[in-house]
Amino acid sequence: MPAIEVDRLTIAYGSTRAVDRLSFTGDFGEVLALLGPNGAGKTSTVEAMEGYRRPNEGTVRVLDLDPIAQQDQLTPQIGVMLQSGGVYPGIRPLEALQLHASFYADPDDPQALLDRVGLTHVRRSTWRQLSGGEQQRLSLALALVGRPRVAFLDEPTAGVDVQGRQLIRRLVRELAHEGVCVVLTTHDLDEAERVADRVVIIDHGRLIKSGTPNELMSAGGSREIRFGAPPGLDTAALGKEMIAAVEEVSPGEYRVAIEPSPANIAALTNWLAERDLPLADLRAGRQRLEDVFLRMTQITGEVPAVRIDPPQPPARSGRGRRRPGAA
Amino acid sequence: MTAPTATTAASPAGRRWWAQTRIELLLTLRRGESILLTFAIPVVLLAFFSLVDVLPTGTDDPVDFLFPGVLALAVMSTALVSVAIATGFERQMGVLKRLGSTPLSRGQLLGAKTAAVVVIEALQIVVLVVEGTLLGFRFSGPSIGAALLAAVLATIAFAGLGLLMAGTLPALTTLAAANGVYLLLLLLGGMVIPLSKLPSGLRAFSQALPSGALAEVFHGALGSGSIPGHAWVVLAVWAVIAPVAAARFFRWE
Repeated sequence: MPAIEVDRLTIAYGSTRAVDRLSFTGDFGEVLALLGPNGAGKTSTVEAMEGYRRPNEGTVRVLDLDPIAQQDQLTPQIGVMLQSGGVYPGIRPLEALQLHASFYADPDDPQALLDRVGLTHVRRSTWRQLSGGEQQRLSLALALVGRPRVAFLDEPTAGVDVQGRQLIRRLVRELAHEGVCVVLTTHDLDEAERVADRVVIIDHGRLIKSGTPNELMSAGGSREIRFGAPPGLDTAALGKEMIAAVEEVSPGEYRVAIEPSPANIAALTNWLAERDLPLADLRAGRQRLEDVFLRMTQITGEVPAVRIDPPQPPARSGRGRRRPGAA
Repeated sequence: MTAPTATTAASPAGRRWWAQTRIELLLTLRRGESILLTFAIPVVLLAFFSLVDVLPTGTDDPVDFLFPGVLALAVMSTALVSVAIATGFERQMGVLKRLGSTPLSRGQLLGAKTAAVVVIEALQIVVLVVEGTLLGFRFSGPSIGAALLAAVLATIAFAGLGLLMAGTLPALTTLAAANGVYLLLLLLGGMVIPLSKLPSGLRAFSQALPSGALAEVFHGALGSGSIPGHAWVVLAVWAVIAPVAAARFFRWE
């Protein structure tokens, strides 16, 4: 039995389909990342698994239970981290953890968990006094205090600084190691690549592709070496040397259609060295998940609503930055 | 943490309810504005207008009218205003949503909120009874049972109205509306100004509200001795309508 099973899930808001016939499964001991741009349908999907949203079509099973009809049996076994926090503004970290711990028969030790998420130093502060990153870490701890078998983490590292991110990712990996099925959503490709065992790429509510980060990154177009060098190289001569097609894809950006083996890379760099040419960069083998993602979301034929890089030119229009609650 | 292989279970229902009740109480007592509303204002009103005889109370000693009235005000401030404001913000900030994913059931949450209200009201009553006695209130015709029954009915009615507001309006609208209603009912509720001093149309309106009815019962049960029958009817009707409407229209997100 998989820990979670989503089968042709469809969620519609009016005439818009936020989630459109989406299917995937998740196993115990696995970190599953739902990856997609803002508005791709990630939160709606997670909320269907948490029992907040009723599917218009299709089925969702978590621990072989119906999240709505069998909510009483499910809630003791899942942990939920909402995008919006959802914690009393006047509560202190340990109080919040103790409250949530008291809902479960065999909870984790609140004090130990507080140490584990690195919040012992703010124990006297209330939720509203915590920084964004501290709030996210407490929110994560609240999702874990009941020792869930399935944990749903909606954008767990949003607004968290670098150290906080590392801590959260380490905790997520530890959870999977302990046998928990962790479902997290992210629009951060780097994060999916680092933390997930399996990635489900979603756009416009539809499944684009799923697989391990390695599978996704080596899928298609991997038999090539890309490098940067001065523009206007003699690609014909280099092609002769390499016995492969060489193309200048953009000025100073070259692609060699050949297996990126060490020998081939050595041949390339030798050729450059003999001509005393500088090498600006070199990419071989795996593509970045970002490349895959861009290619995949473009394949759907629709303009992907993708923002790969969070920074946006400010004050351009009213719909730039989304509130954390919206997705 | 150990490997979560076996089915994990919820704690006993009573334990969940008690933990939630404890936190509701703790957070209520930690909020300055709720202390102001539920303790400071009633205590100050009772002391000030008992000592400064400017209100048309119609009694020899103003405290004889004010004590039952302020008691009614205290019940209203806790069960209606405090509940509405706190719950409205909890809903807006996703606290209720998050609790919804834990083993704490809706019934246990409401039960915890109710228990917290009852405890705060008990504390208010103790404080006000001590204060009222010090100010010279004489329990001339005390019918404690009738007063308690009215307090229970009014608490149900007020809490229902508070949850109705909190569960349907944005938090800031709830905050403003709750404070507005508080002020309105303070003036029209027969709490500091006798209903008999109001113009007849306004008086009939006030008597149909749970605040006016509660004040009438308190005045009768703790003072004059006669409780008008229509006050009981009004309280009972509100105690049914308000929670039913709240249950029907409350949205958790």
